[in-house]
Order: sequence, then structure tokens, then C-alpha cells
Amino acid sequence: MKRPGWLIPTAYIVFLMLPIYWLLNMSFKSTNEILGSFTLWPREFTFDNYVEILTNPVWYSGYLNSLSYVVINTVLSVVVALPAAYAFSRYRFLGDKHLFFWLLTNRMAPPAVFALPFLQLYSAVGLFDTHIGVALAHTLFNVPLAVWILEGFMSGVPKELDETAYVDGYSFPRFFTRIFLPTIAAGIGVAAFFCFMFSWVELLLAKTLTSVEAKPIVATMTRTASASGYELGLLAAAGMLTIIPGAFVIYFVRNYIAKGFALGRV
Amino acid sequence: MSLELRSVTKRVGGETHIHETSLTLESSSFNILLGSTLAGKTTLMQLMAGLSPPSTGEIRFRGRNVAGVPVQKRNVSMVYQQFINYPHFTVYENIASPLRVAGMDGRAVESRVREIADLLRLTPMLERKPNELSGGQQQRTAIARALAKQSDLILLDEPLANLDYKLREELRDELPKLFFGRDCIVVYATTEPMEALLFGGNTATLHEGRVTQFGATSAIYRSPNTVASAQVFSDPPINLAKVEKSGETLRLEGGLSWRAGRAAAALPDGCYTFGLRPHHITPTVQKADAASLEGRVLVAELSGSESVLHFDMNGQTWVSQSHGIHPFPVGSMARLYVDLDRGFFFGADGRCVAGNA
Repeated sequence: MKRPGWLIPTAYIVFLMLPIYWLLNMSFKSTNEILGSFTLWPREFTFDNYVEILTNPVWYSGYLNSLSYVVINTVLSVVVALPAAYAFSRYRFLGDKHLFFWLLTNRMAPPAVFALPFLQLYSAVGLFDTHIGVALAHTLFNVPLAVWILEGFMSGVPKELDETAYVDGYSFPRFFTRIFLPTIAAGIGVAAFFCFMFSWVELLLAKTLTSVEAKPIVATMTRTASASGYELGLLAAAGMLTIIPGAFVIYFVRNYIAKGFALGRV
Repeated sequence: MSLELRSVTKRVGGETHIHETSLTLESSSFNILLGSTLAGKTTLMQLMAGLSPPSTGEIRFRGRNVAGVPVQKRNVSMVYQQFINYPHFTVYENIASPLRVAGMDGRAVESRVREIADLLRLTPMLERKPNELSGGQQQRTAIARALAKQSDLILLDEPLANLDYKLREELRDELPKLFFGRDCIVVYATTEPMEALLFGGNTATLHEGRVTQFGATSAIYRSPNTVASAQVFSDPPINLAKVEKSGETLRLEGGLSWRAGRAAAALPDGCYTFGLRPHHITPTVQKADAASLEGRVLVAELSGSESVLHFDMNGQTWVSQSHGIHPFPVGSMARLYVDLDRGFFFGADGRCVAGNA
């Protein structure tokens, strides 16, 4: 009996892609068509949903807000994590292993736990509804992750490389920026990717800590009803546009991530 | 321009890595640090380079104490056992990097890099990245970088240990040409006595964080001052046995008796540790009145031109090394001849009291 080897992977991919296809399908339909009939592809193909999102500030500002706090968060997390990871990988100090583990335990609590204290504190110091505020809240989860990933990559670089650079005359800052960072570029890429992803998909803190000025796209999307009823087509188009940045970023770091998996740190 | 270590020690945590050491390396000298793994070779080199400060003592260079001077200001070069190069730089940029950091202008860098690359036969690889090179070429790049700037001190930490046999031989032949006669102090760490003998120069034998002996390589090989020095400078390991001398007789632990040879002639009667390098125990008679022994063969390693025989004699494992192929079946009794004149006698404190190989 010949076993159809292609069957299982094909079925797997079909099931995996079906919701995404359905989202794509809906994004090119009008809301009336979505609600009125069950169609496998758009009968009346329309770009109206996308046009609406890209021209209406209520929608596109959501993307801009999300992108700005995500980028701020990613940069902040990686910049803070680099020296920390270097210390963990190169120096032995009292309690280093405990501290390293403790960093990870920060990720063990769900973000909801921190929503209330953050809200109170942010309201008190004026960080409420700002991009930097959301970015800072997300560093609580992303810095430990970035430290953990970067430490793995840094420990893969022999400390003799550091010594060789000093022997060659490099000062520490010069060595760190000219030699060390390019050497662990893959690790920085992977760490940045995970920070980006977490911050991009995180809804609860981002929604709780913002109202208008820094409202993220995922929060905008929860607003499903409007004066004209449910805007499902619009929502589908917004969903598609939300997937794109993630897909884009993962395309660039896919090789690095494979390397990270090999090191056992991703 | 000599480098002088004065009563230097290094402690890390509660452990002493280098016991009190005093050593003077003359200018333009080639010095070998010989010792087994963990003997403290790398630690000693780090102290010399300034990569880590000594716990106590002084390091004097050009008559000045440089113990606290950071490595960047020391003008040293270092080559490691692992092939350490800057992975994102080309070979050219790797060799150029110490020159650029030192602020040398572009044209001078160019000519210097070409010159060094030529010397190390790296010219065709200049535009490649280190990970596109073979191990030997990677290590050549590291050596080229070490040679590029005019260092006062070049430290080579087992640079050949990670190379495969062929490349190691090749580079070993080239090293003396590259490093001898330079206006700098070269320090070369190795675990292999054979390398020390090939390079000549001076040798310091290291044993458990102590320099046991320092002097001209051949002199140290001929007359080790202690059991430790003799052990470090012998591969295969030196044979050691307790002997008792009374009059003209040497009685070995386990019952064997030999006529005391020339080496032991002047020794007062008493107990000693007798040391004999494996190549002075051979299956063929070298001298008319050679002493002999019998042992049960444990392992016979036959390479193309020599035989290494591990055998058991009264519960102790001894080693014989000889030219030619001497196939002894494992488990058989082998009669071997001993050149007693080449043996060493060590007193109760481990110091050598007689013997000169």
C-alpha cells in the first residue's frame, strides 16, 4: 500500500492557513456580503476597507501608536539588556545565578497582575496615555527575555576575543561597539524580534494604560460596533494589516532564530 | 628591555593559581613555558600581558613597575590556542586592526599588512572572512595580527594545540623563522616537551602554579633540578622508582638489584627516588654492562619508526621508548636494558642530587 506522504503536511497547512485565508477573504468583502451570505471568495471585490483604514486617522493612528511604542520598547529593552547580559556572561559575582533566574521569574506573572499598579503609578507621574509609558510597561517582560537570549549568544563568544581586542589596543567601549556587537549581531536580531513580537501582540497593558493619544491598534479593533452597525469588513482588513509587521520582521530574522534555537536560548 | 617578575603571586577567590614566582626574561629572547594543563601557563601569560593584575609582587618592564598598567598601554601581542579572530572583519582588516587602533595612517597600514600577509602566506586570502579559512589559515591570521604591530612582548598560548598534525608540523617549522631575532620578548606556552626542545631558547618548567626551573632549554632537559621539573620535561612520562643505595648496589623497590652506575657513584648510601626517561630503557643492549629488567607488557604502541612499551614491573607501570619496531605481544614478559648512567637521583625533598642526561 502506497502511503500518501503529502497528505498530512497538506492537511496541516490547510488547517493552519484557513483562518488567515478567511480573514483575507473577509477583508475584501463589504460588511453586507459577510453578514448576508457564505462565500468562499469575495463576490464583489473591494478595497474600500483598506482605503478607510489608511485614510481615517481613527484607524491609522492606532497603527502609528502601536508601532511607536513597540519600536521604543524594542530599542529600550535591547539597549538595557546588552550590558546586563554582558555582565552575566563575563563576570562571576555574588548571587549572579540567582539574579539571572530571578529576572526570568518576572515573566511568570500574567501582565494583568501589573495592570492596576501601573495604572495608578502612571496616573500619578503623568505617564498615562503616552507611548513611552506603554513601552516602559512592556520592558518589564522584555528586558528579562532579551537578557536571557543575549546572554546565550554572548557566552558563545570566547572571552579570548575580548582579551585579544584589549591586547590589540581596543578600549572597552570601542571593543564593545566595533568588535563585540557585530559578533553577536544575530543574537541582537533575535532578542529584538522577540521584544517586538511581545509588545506588538500585548493587548491588556497597552489598552489599560492608554485612552486616546497612544491608543494601540488592537484596542481600536475591539471597537467592533459603530453607528452603522458591525463593521466586520473593516475589522478583517485591520487584522490583515496587523499581521503584516510581524510577518515582515520574522522574514528577516528567520535564520538568526534557527541559530538561537541551536543555542537553546530561544 | 627585559621583563622581570618579582615575587609575583596570583590568587583567585580562595585558590592560589600562581605561587610566588620570580622570573627574568631577557630582551629578544625566546622563552618557553612548559607545563601540563592547569599548571598555570595561561595565568602567568595573563599576568605578563597585563590582562589580570598580580595579587602581590611587581612586574617590571624597562625598569618600571607595570603591574597596574592596563593591557592597552603595554604594547603586547597574544595568540591563543583557539583561533581567535574578529569574525566580521576580513583577514586584511584583522591584521590591520591593531595598526588602525594605534592610529597608523592608511598607506603605512596597507604596506605593513601586505608585508606581514606575504610572510605568513596569507596574501590570496586577504579579502576573505576568518570562518571561510582552514584552521591553519585562521591561526596564521591570528599570528599575523600579533606580528603586525611592533610589540615588546609576544605571547603565544599553545598556538599549535588545536591544529591537526600536518598543519602543526608545517607551522612549527615556520615559527622560529617568524619569531627568532625579533626585537621583542617571545613567550611560548606548550604542554609538549618535544616542542620546547625543537625551539630551543629558554624554558621555564611549570608545575601546579610554580616555576620549578628556568634556564636554557637543553640545560634544563639534561639536568632537571627536581622530580617535578623532570616530570614536566618528559614525554612519555619519566619512570620513577624508590631505590636504596648501599655501596656498589642499587636495590629497587620490589627486589631488583643493579650495580650502581656512573651517575650514582658519588652518592652517599641511602634512599633515593630514581628517575629514568623512557628512551633509556630499550629492548636492545646499548652497552656491554647495561643493567636489565623484566616486565609484563601492558600496551605496545608501534608507530612507524618507534615503539612505546608500557609494562608492569612489580606492580608499577614503566614505559620504554625505542627506535624501530619491537613487537612484544601483550601479556608476554619482556627483557629490557637500562642505561643507568642516564638516570637521575632525587633526594627525599625531591631535589636532584645526581644525574645528567
